[in-house]
Amino acid sequence: MSVRRLAKEQPASFAFSKATKAKCDWWIAKYPADRKQSAVIPILWLVQKQEGWVSEPAIRAIAELLDMPTIRVLEVATFYTMFMLEPVGTSALIQVCGTTPCMLRGAGDLMAVCKSKIGPKDKLSADGRFTWQEVECLGACANAPMAQINDYYFEDLTADDMAQIIDDFAAGKAPKPGSRVGRASSEPEGGALTLTDPALYDGSAAKPIKKLPNSAPEKAPA
Amino acid sequence: MPVAKVNGVDVEFEPGMTVLQVAERAGEEIPRFCYHERLSIAGNCRMCLVEVKPGPPKPQASCALPAADGQEIFTDTPMVRKAREGVMEFLLINHPLDCPICDQGGECDLQDQAMGYGRDGSRYAENKRAVEEKHMGPTIKTYMTRCIQCTRCVRFITEVAGVPDIGMISRGESAEITTYLESSVNSELSGNVNDLCPVGALTHRPWAFHYRPWELKKTETIDVMDALGSNIRADARGSEVMRVLPRVHEGINEEWLSDKSRYVVDGLTTRRLDRPFVRENGKLRAASWDEALGVVADRLKAASADLVGVVAGDLQDAESMKAALDLFRALGSAHTDCRQDGSPLGGDTREGWLFNSGLAGIEAADAVLIVGADPRVEAPLLNTRLRKIWLSGQAEVALIGEQVDLSYDYNWLGTGSKTLSKLPKAATDMLSRAERPAIIVGAGALAGETGPAVLNALGALAKKYGVIADGWNGFNVLHTAASRVGGLDMGFVPGEGGLSATDMVKKGQLDVLFLLGADEIDASASGAFTVYLGSHGDRGAHGADVILPGAAYTEKSGLYVNTEGRVQMAERVVFPKGQAKEDWAILRALSERVGHTLPYDTLDQLRGKLMADHPTFGRIDYLAPAAAFDPSKLGVKGDLGDVAFASPIRDPYLSNPIARASATMAELSAQRIAPVAMAAE
Repeated sequence: MSVRRLAKEQPASFAFSKATKAKCDWWIAKYPADRKQSAVIPILWLVQKQEGWVSEPAIRAIAELLDMPTIRVLEVATFYTMFMLEPVGTSALIQVCGTTPCMLRGAGDLMAVCKSKIGPKDKLSADGRFTWQEVECLGACANAPMAQINDYYFEDLTADDMAQIIDDFAAGKAPKPGSRVGRASSEPEGGALTLTDPALYDGSAAKPIKKLPNSAPEKAPA
Repeated sequence: MPVAKVNGVDVEFEPGMTVLQVAERAGEEIPRFCYHERLSIAGNCRMCLVEVKPGPPKPQASCALPAADGQEIFTDTPMVRKAREGVMEFLLINHPLDCPICDQGGECDLQDQAMGYGRDGSRYAENKRAVEEKHMGPTIKTYMTRCIQCTRCVRFITEVAGVPDIGMISRGESAEITTYLESSVNSELSGNVNDLCPVGALTHRPWAFHYRPWELKKTETIDVMDALGSNIRADARGSEVMRVLPRVHEGINEEWLSDKSRYVVDGLTTRRLDRPFVRENGKLRAASWDEALGVVADRLKAASADLVGVVAGDLQDAESMKAALDLFRALGSAHTDCRQDGSPLGGDTREGWLFNSGLAGIEAADAVLIVGADPRVEAPLLNTRLRKIWLSGQAEVALIGEQVDLSYDYNWLGTGSKTLSKLPKAATDMLSRAERPAIIVGAGALAGETGPAVLNALGALAKKYGVIADGWNGFNVLHTAASRVGGLDMGFVPGEGGLSATDMVKKGQLDVLFLLGADEIDASASGAFTVYLGSHGDRGAHGADVILPGAAYTEKSGLYVNTEGRVQMAERVVFPKGQAKEDWAILRALSERVGHTLPYDTLDQLRGKLMADHPTFGRIDYLAPAAAFDPSKLGVKGDLGDVAFASPIRDPYLSNPIARASATMAELSAQRIAPVAMAAE
């Protein structure tokens, strides 16, 4: 994990958009008035959705909105790696999983493609449209290797797939997320191998239960 | 009470105590870095591991583990030792080996505990982590590579100081303690984080590389920078006071100290008066003691008794004030005053000028009305106590006066005497609802012509709302000068027909004006022959015709009475500078020359006389339970007028001659006060 610090170059100001502000208010309303700061993580998310990243003026604006010390917002923003502290690609933020299962299944190849097509890791590409990062386990090990691009998982990737996806994003298309070998979530390739009996799903296997266990209080021993 | 076994010995403990506290009660020392009695529990250093039965068979952090009845605690088993050694080894992995150049060296918790739990060599061959230094302001020097992330500084500044400026950003190996964008820590208590830091990550910037702790001669004494009389330890090397640290006194400063009291010591070495001066043809020239005292004596003898007067300053010890008072009474003068700010306090009722509830006692209050005071500036360590009771939700606070940032919320009622004459409903409700209401009267409310009337109105208010009841006296006067209560206790106020300090300095009132360390009063218009006895070449000395060099508070043994009426004895740390003498001895020598020899030859005899005349001085560090009295008799009934109350301390870092001579105080003033004052204009 790299050292997480605020970006050197910061915008002059930040303002909540109307939609973001409305969502912020919805989150703040969930907590008691004197515990407003509980909403700091959702609001950091919303700000990141709006701007693509979390800037220093945004941190100050959040602190003001939630009536909490600025340093507390900065602590949260620097603690969680999901908050981007520098501008990221406008077309795609590619987060390639580099943890063991993905690494064994070829995450290195994916990263090599990213490197050749976009540039060095963690750096905004020259045209400002792409950023790629290596991240820790994203919890889709059965579909290794995989990458999260913007909000979606792209799974069972090969180097060619990755190249294609990047090209598609560059062309302004929206590539389909999910498995590249046609699997449904983490099912085996070519469909399920177990629990295939249709009778399992038509209700016929179910038996009526006459008496629920522990439904009546036990009799006290005499 | 529940009982636990510590290493096989039964120990009783209060419910709610932690395993660490129970072990301490049994006399076992538990090593720790992050745990501190006065801060919240973090439990992140893991140094305090112990073995506890019943419980999982693993070492447990004792600071965060509640003790239970029948628990068996083991603090020195092989498992415990091994666990602590493991923790120590991890702490030292990223800790630099720079003890020889570290200011904490010699008084470092990590150093000490590494003696007990450290390995003799390191198994770590990789590169150590390095962290950039952080800017935290003029009081805190950082060397963050040494930081072990105990977060004591974060907790202190957030909880006690109420200025949440410091935080720990990022996580894991890249975690760092910093302020937001490396701004200065804007707290008047910032120096305490340097004391709290168990390693050398945060050290005292003004004293960086000035001393090693084992070179210093340590003297326990009393602070005079505010009227609380904080207990301090002054450390000196040779003839120079190198630093001041707090001592624990639960009744006064707990174990904290304000930045002013702590970092003012460099002012003790500059702008000092080290020889007598006599003005000749409008110019001061150095003179001998014999000559200077002779000139003063001649003037005093020549002047008529009702044309000589003395004003005592804010930092004077009780002995020198007693000597001056006795001398001028012997001369037949009634013009004696210790109240440079013109406050109307004094008289017969001692409770009328004391902080009656006591500084620790204020924590029992459930409603506090502050009138004309800014406790954060005038008495920072009283403010932490008010913050404490506000934080716990026990007390409401309301304020009449300037709308200042007290580090906690309060109900602002109005700016001045107009609000007091017709108190808003919010205030009367608060006072009548409370069981133990307290009123804190600041010097700002009592200054000026309406002072006596305001004092009277506050007394009436106190009577009306039961501020003084059985077992509770919440009528509190907050003084700003360390000498003031001592002066009032001995009656250092104008005698029959005497002039007050503010009248004495008016044009043509006196022939000879004696300023006993009085620098906060402008005597330039007086036209009298002015004698200044004091330690620093400051305002008082500038206009003086004769300067008699005296001793500063670290250079004499003296009695001080704090705002709650507690008499404390300060000790001499170093000798007075150059030819300077102790103040009382100068007055004794002068008395001989004017033909009214004071009846004491030693400091002990002087104290004997002081205690015989005024028995309250007889008990050192004793706080008498506040007696009930009738507050409605205070002051003079009159028109309150429309005066805005303002704290007399406009800039706490430049409020007395020692502070004005200190480079650190000048820097703090420029950083903390000037920008605020500029923004207000």
